Amino acid sequence: MYSIILSTASRYLLLLLLIFSVFLLLRGHNEPGGGFVGGLVAAAAYALYFIANGIEAAKTVLRFDPLRIIAAGLITAIASTLPSLVAGERFMTAFWIDTGIPFIGKVGTPLLFDLGIYFLVLGITLSIIFSLAEEDRS
Amino acid sequence: MNRIVMLPILMPLCTAVAMIFFRRRILLHRMLNAAGMAAMLGVSLVLLSNVKAGGILSLQVGGWEAPFGITFVADMLSSIMVVASAFIGFTTALYSLGTIDEKREHYFYYPLLQILMMGINGAFLTGDIFNLYVWFEVMLISSFVLLVLGGRPQQLEGAIKYVTLNLLSSSVFLAAVGILYGTAGTLNMADLAQRIPLLEHRELLSVVAVLFMITFGVKAAMFPLFFWLPASYHTPPVAVSAIFAGLLTKVGVYAIMRFFTTIFVHEEAAFIHQVLLVLSAFTMAVGVLGAVAQYDMRKLLSFHIISQIGYMIFALALQSPLAIAGALFYMIHNIVAKTNLFYLSGIIRRLKGSWDLREIGGIYRFYPMLGLLFLVPALGLAGIPPLSGFWAKFLVIKAGLDSEHYLLVGVALCVSMLTLFSMIKIWNEAFWKDDPLGEGGVEDEAYLKMPGMRKAMIVLPIVILGTVTVVFGLWFDPFFGLADKAALELLDAGEYIDAVLGGKS
Repeated sequence: MYSIILSTASRYLLLLLLIFSVFLLLRGHNEPGGGFVGGLVAAAAYALYFIANGIEAAKTVLRFDPLRIIAAGLITAIASTLPSLVAGERFMTAFWIDTGIPFIGKVGTPLLFDLGIYFLVLGITLSIIFSLAEEDRS
Repeated sequence: MNRIVMLPILMPLCTAVAMIFFRRRILLHRMLNAAGMAAMLGVSLVLLSNVKAGGILSLQVGGWEAPFGITFVADMLSSIMVVASAFIGFTTALYSLGTIDEKREHYFYYPLLQILMMGINGAFLTGDIFNLYVWFEVMLISSFVLLVLGGRPQQLEGAIKYVTLNLLSSSVFLAAVGILYGTAGTLNMADLAQRIPLLEHRELLSVVAVLFMITFGVKAAMFPLFFWLPASYHTPPVAVSAIFAGLLTKVGVYAIMRFFTTIFVHEEAAFIHQVLLVLSAFTMAVGVLGAVAQYDMRKLLSFHIISQIGYMIFALALQSPLAIAGALFYMIHNIVAKTNLFYLSGIIRRLKGSWDLREIGGIYRFYPMLGLLFLVPALGLAGIPPLSGFWAKFLVIKAGLDSEHYLLVGVALCVSMLTLFSMIKIWNEAFWKDDPLGEGGVEDEAYLKMPGMRKAMIVLPIVILGTVTVVFGLWFDPFFGLADKAALELLDAGEYIDAVLGGKS
């Protein structure tokens, strides 16, 4: 069922929800939030867009194959462990850089790991939703 | 360097990710899979030699000290098991090259195989019980998908039984983990081994021990929780059946070994060893009786898995150094021989077009070498000298006699006879008797048309595994030395605790 209200709203909501998901991702280390929740919210944003505008439109907006997003997320998460291997520290030891910039503060490998989780959750959720949607259509 | 402990887990993950990234390049998948397994085998051999030379290696992930962080530990037992799993993984990679159809390859067969290996290696190497739970899940979920990949109705039916039972056992596992944490305040295995003898409130310890026995009993297919195994293992492609048969139940046996020799050895849980002894006798007997009644090769072999698990449980419940070493040697011997028999059943199926022993025959006349290749693991499994099974059974029965469990030893010997009987049944039916369909019988066109390269890929793993069975038998001493060292480490938790907690209490 096509609804012009939902369709119009979803265009703005998509952007807002994505911004909110990034906010959740960055908030994650010391406060509630993080890659998992952020990824779910981002997936919900695309799911809403798909409900309003159909599967093809949602795929166009997403641009990437969800499987590629899964792979990219895993690669990012694995990459976050590389500094510990290169530096000869114990595996997955966190490294932090204090940027000194207000609001950004310390940036480190756990953020990179969280970013990987973000993409992984986004990719997995969307590939489930999209395959269910295609099943329904055929 | 201790970082090598992570490599058997990290490498399959990286391989799988690379494959998902290049999802359409099936040729690349095949090559990466075989190369990844070979590299993993190399790394785990290095790990084993490091552990043998330098004692137990432990790694605190992220630098969070035990017992607060996640610990990975490679002692002799873990590293021997990792070598065995990587070895089976490698042969399965070869066998898959010859047998897996392109459709399955497109639907992530190879990445799933790698993730399965990651789960198995993780379960062997972790030093933390909750982490063990996570690795079990990694292993189970990839095995669920491997089991249903292809989507034939028979597969789905088997998978439902497999998934339901295993999910049930996972929830029991989780409940046990919760109660244990509430009782002891830690889930680090070394810390538990140290703390449990000193605990004041001990009421729930026996409950926890029983819950762990149930959950690992399901995974190991121990009597009376085995029925999911013969209901599901004959449904997927042979390469998948073979790796499941070789490795998955053994992860359960490994966990029982680890828990009931290192962690739960105090009074409250000592009765578990008695229970395990009784159950092992039933496991041996019921498994082999089930096998004798079967005519489907894969079902017959599936029941044999259960029967063989009984021997391992019997030996490890005896708790003497000789018995534990015997259980470990038995496990390795069985992984090799059992996987090999599944590979062979796949070839027989390809030659004759049926799994049913009553419908096939006469293979020996046209393929005498195949008969020889079959006899090695079959007689090995039955325990005929000089093959590996002879030593494995000898150790187990010697340990049983030493501890005066004559009745159980009697059961073990009778079961051996029946094992030999059902192996001879396969030999008689498939190789020796005339083909019921007349001279030549059905020659599977698909097999004859296979390119030589693919044929070589399915015969090579059988030759490799058969060689290992012979080598274990003829050159027994060094391998027994490794198993013996592992057993001594298990029974004296001191070195393990020192390696993880750094000697501090």
